[in-house]
Amino acid sequence: MNIFNLIREIEKVDPEVYERLDSRRAIFKHFAGFGKKLTAAAVPLAFGSMLNKAYGQTSTGRSVTQVLEFAYLLENLEAEFYKQAVTAASSVGAPAIAVSALTTIRDHEIAHVNFLKSALGTSAPMYTAASFDYSAKGNLTDTFTNYGTMLAVAQAFEDTGVRAYKGQAGYLVSNNEVLEAALKIHSVEARHAAHIRRMRRDAATGAVPTNKPWITGKDLGGLPALVQPVYNGEEATTQANVNIAGMMSGGVTISAAAASEAFDEPLTTEEVTAIVTPFLA
Amino acid sequence: MSKIINPHENEAGLIKSASSSIHRRSFLKYSGAGIALSAMFLAGCNDNDDDETDYSQDMVNLGSGDVGILNYAFALEQLEAAFYTQVVANKYSGMTDLETAVLTDIRDHEIAHREFFRAAIPASARIKDLTPDFSTVNFMDKTSVLTTAKTFEDLGVAAYNGAGKLFTDTGDGLTYLTLAGKIVSVEARHAAEIRDLISNGTFANSEVIDAMGMDKALMPAQVLAAAGAFIKNQIVATGLPQ
Repeated sequence: MNIFNLIREIEKVDPEVYERLDSRRAIFKHFAGFGKKLTAAAVPLAFGSMLNKAYGQTSTGRSVTQVLEFAYLLENLEAEFYKQAVTAASSVGAPAIAVSALTTIRDHEIAHVNFLKSALGTSAPMYTAASFDYSAKGNLTDTFTNYGTMLAVAQAFEDTGVRAYKGQAGYLVSNNEVLEAALKIHSVEARHAAHIRRMRRDAATGAVPTNKPWITGKDLGGLPALVQPVYNGEEATTQANVNIAGMMSGGVTISAAAASEAFDEPLTTEEVTAIVTPFLA
Repeated sequence: MSKIINPHENEAGLIKSASSSIHRRSFLKYSGAGIALSAMFLAGCNDNDDDETDYSQDMVNLGSGDVGILNYAFALEQLEAAFYTQVVANKYSGMTDLETAVLTDIRDHEIAHREFFRAAIPASARIKDLTPDFSTVNFMDKTSVLTTAKTFEDLGVAAYNGAGKLFTDTGDGLTYLTLAGKIVSVEARHAAEIRDLISNGTFANSEVIDAMGMDKALMPAQVLAAAGAFIKNQIVATGLPQ
């Protein structure tokens, strides 16, 4: 494989390939360095990741249908989870008010599934309970037999959902109706997330008293380390080049914690996919 | 003249008006200034500098285009921040430690939102500080405070949900859509918690969520009609999509 020839081929269709990868001179230096450090077999891999970096982020993005399909998968993951959670809740000690809340959330997730299914039409894939693995490949042994674990998984799903919709919104601008529907679902997921987080804060047993309805830094809130990627990036305290932490107004100084809580961060398609993959059967 | 916003003016119209003689000077003044959020704002300058129209002091024009939407968000965040500042400074009787912690967090988030918009919108285009009117709120009474908080949070969620589609579809408009998305979910978290403080389990009840499992989305005029009761200034939003 001659990388330089390949780049020249790409240059024919994309004259800016060098700018995307690096400057022209730097790219050759770059590869000269690679040659020394990497075995021949690894070079294509490194090159591939450079191309991904160069084109993955600047591509025109995803089609509306791709976004809907992605959302459909996530909503099915949630809906099937809550169906089982509601059935199991009483037997694992959830109080009546919690069962009621889980039922409300389940019904919303089912409504989201139905909306997306109708939007996708016949191209909607088929999902059932068997499509999902709520043990996350054996990492969670008591998802539906331990109330604390059940709520922990619910929190991870809701916070992921909020961040996932946020990351997809930009791909929907060509279709205002779908964009608005996605935003209207997005804020419902955030309401769910807040409530599940408060349920964990206030639980009679196994409570996480420091858990807040909002996300502080990249705090896991007692969730298994497995789901740390759900929170990575949430610690941001700068928005559009404005540093929020340390801002002062009317005698109030915004702490780094408050600055991170005040803005939820998006996740990319790839990040969300990595988070949910263990939950796919 | 610069403050009379043509309701049909779109982003392209804005850019045109920015290069007209009226705006050219102020546009050039800022165009090299390296301000955080770039030229898109500048195109929308509803600057007071050369304003010859006699507007009442109480009139606040949000402007149009992307910057108009940002001013709209800035106005709502000003209202919320002022409200929670007063709530925390004058605790209602019987405010629990948990309620104090929650309301203080929310105050800080709303101040963060307000100050973010203040920093992000160039002064030339930014609306002034509004004067809130909380005369209908009894800050000593828990029900009055939480009911008002619920109104503000649900309204904020609906406002951002409705505003997302109003940004331009490319460039800075996409950045603003993402920023609005980052804020709206926090407003939704607030709404859920305030509702649960009023009555546990009402975080997403049928008052706000429809049979499709969807939240509300409102246009600026609808939101401002509700928010206007809490603002002394008259907000002019005729430059925003109706």
